[in-house]
Amino acid sequence: MNTTHSPAAPQPAHAPRLAGDLAIWIFILAELLAFGVFFAAYAFTRASNVALFDAEQLALSRNAGALNTVLLLTAGYFVVRAVQAAEHAADRIAGHWLAAAIACGTGFLAVKMFEYAHAFQADISLSSSPFHMFYLSLTFFHFMHVILGLVILIALWKNVRAGRYRLGDMNGLETGAAYWHMVDLVWLVLFPLVYVIH
Amino acid sequence: MQYKSQAVAMPYFIAAIGLFVGQIIFGLIMGLQYIIGDFLFPAIPFNIARMVHTNLLIVWLLFGFMGAAYYMVPEEAETELASPKLALGLFWIFLVAGALTIVGYLLVPYETLAEMTGNNILATMGREFLEQPLITKVGIVVVVLGFLFNISLTVLKGRKTAVSMVLLLGLWGLAIFFLFSFYNPDNLVRDKFYWWWVVHLWVEGVWELIMAALLAFVLIKVTGVDREVIEKWLYVIITLALVTGIIGTGHHYFWIGAPEYWQWWGSIFSALEPLPFFAMTVFAFNMVNRRRREHPNKAAVLWALGTGVMAFLGAGVWGFLHTLAPVNYFTHGSQITAAHGHMAFYGAYVMVVLTIISYAMPILRGRAANPERAQVLEMWAFWLMTVGMVFITLFLTAAGILQVWLQRVSDTPMSYMATQDQLMLFYWMREWAGVMFFVGLLCYLVSFFVKGGTATPARA
Repeated sequence: MNTTHSPAAPQPAHAPRLAGDLAIWIFILAELLAFGVFFAAYAFTRASNVALFDAEQLALSRNAGALNTVLLLTAGYFVVRAVQAAEHAADRIAGHWLAAAIACGTGFLAVKMFEYAHAFQADISLSSSPFHMFYLSLTFFHFMHVILGLVILIALWKNVRAGRYRLGDMNGLETGAAYWHMVDLVWLVLFPLVYVIH
Repeated sequence: MQYKSQAVAMPYFIAAIGLFVGQIIFGLIMGLQYIIGDFLFPAIPFNIARMVHTNLLIVWLLFGFMGAAYYMVPEEAETELASPKLALGLFWIFLVAGALTIVGYLLVPYETLAEMTGNNILATMGREFLEQPLITKVGIVVVVLGFLFNISLTVLKGRKTAVSMVLLLGLWGLAIFFLFSFYNPDNLVRDKFYWWWVVHLWVEGVWELIMAALLAFVLIKVTGVDREVIEKWLYVIITLALVTGIIGTGHHYFWIGAPEYWQWWGSIFSALEPLPFFAMTVFAFNMVNRRRREHPNKAAVLWALGTGVMAFLGAGVWGFLHTLAPVNYFTHGSQITAAHGHMAFYGAYVMVVLTIISYAMPILRGRAANPERAQVLEMWAFWLMTVGMVFITLFLTAAGILQVWLQRVSDTPMSYMATQDQLMLFYWMREWAGVMFFVGLLCYLVSFFVKGGTATPARA
């Protein structure tokens, strides 16, 4: 652990600043809107099929979902540490943090694929029931976002190792990190909504 | 102009405008046939007029896109076009093939045309908007491949910019998805399923990339805003367009026999399709507000801003009106669809092509901008056509609401034709709005010939 650069070190006072590029925030808002509409559709459909949704929800593996939540949250924490390390010009350490985040994200994909394999064996498909339609659609849409997030993290990892980011020139790293946190955030709504609440 | 070979854009633009006039004349004929059923029958039956109206639209927009690419790509790549001769040759092939096809539609019964043109070898005819005979379709592929070869080579040997990359992506997508017009399964569900891969993935997918690239190019030129800023917007817009547009294809799968989950996927993603158009509106206004120079071509700036607004209204808002499955259950295939189709095509694609023509044509004719009087007339044309289109859309929307009510919602539903009789007032009003549009188009034509005292000299 890099003890010389504590994240709690006092920062010089400066005007509030948007971390990352404005364009990514517009994009993140659009993404959240898409997921938001999907979540609302889920809620409305569930309201008229509560018994069916509850029964089929119980067949999902909450343990796998919880494990994935831990993996994503850990990856998010690692990305934060990577940004902090890069701010202090510790590129090699930032690279390690990003590699760890990439490993956690890949772990998420592995667990999810295991879940999908299980679901397909049980003849679960988009057409087998409204709940399954939402379960597969929502998680797969999110799954694709994790893949995109990982591609972005890998690009950041390469750039960090090439020493591309410096305090005052963190735009690219912060932009990618913001996107990853969005992927994280969506899962934090998706997991309780689809796996737990009934 | 900066590169001599950009001049090949001119014949493409002229042909586009000529075919545009033809399209509107057939629109007026057909609008009248809604009211007087046997107007010009049997010389020009309604189904033929409709086919000519829609096919001319597609062909002239393709002329416009190609002209735009021939104009933009050398300037973006900072090099002469790979082969101006090929571009001119393909122009004549495309023009003659297009003209022969339209003449074929008008002079020969459609089934005879099919027999004459090899439809028995590979049946591709008879699908809405893709009615072209097999040889015309093959001709389109040859012309587009030659065109793509030409501009891709130009980009490869020169500077690669985000604008030209997005343009190329859009144009290659256009070519690739057109290939599905050759795939015509017997099964009606699968036929419709893949038919949308041409129709929908063109206008709500790859054409949006072309549109965004054209708009970005003109905005860079007329505002002087940093390329970097404009490119960033371009990336956001095309990502939104592709994600919402591709999955949004599902809004055509509601009732054709595709699985039920398409009602969710189609509704949700197509409901988000206004986002890229909204982003384009914000983009256009934002860039013009941050402009670093006053470009003498005021008309081109007006067209660019108008494209942003009208595309958002026509494609975005009027699309959203009937895109949710529970709404579409009632409105499907009614005059509401026609209202959306008119304003979306005008706002997005007609206006963006007129934007680039407005910007490029004076330069191709050796001046930075047209004389004041010509620009004033062009702006009159802008307002007459745009307001005319707003009225066409509003009257068709009113007709559509009444139609859905009488024919599908009321306790005692009326037949299709009995309902049509009740819509006559709106059809009359739509026809007069169409006349207004045509007057605007005539002003537009005249504006090219207006001479004035103070033409702005071309910059180097």
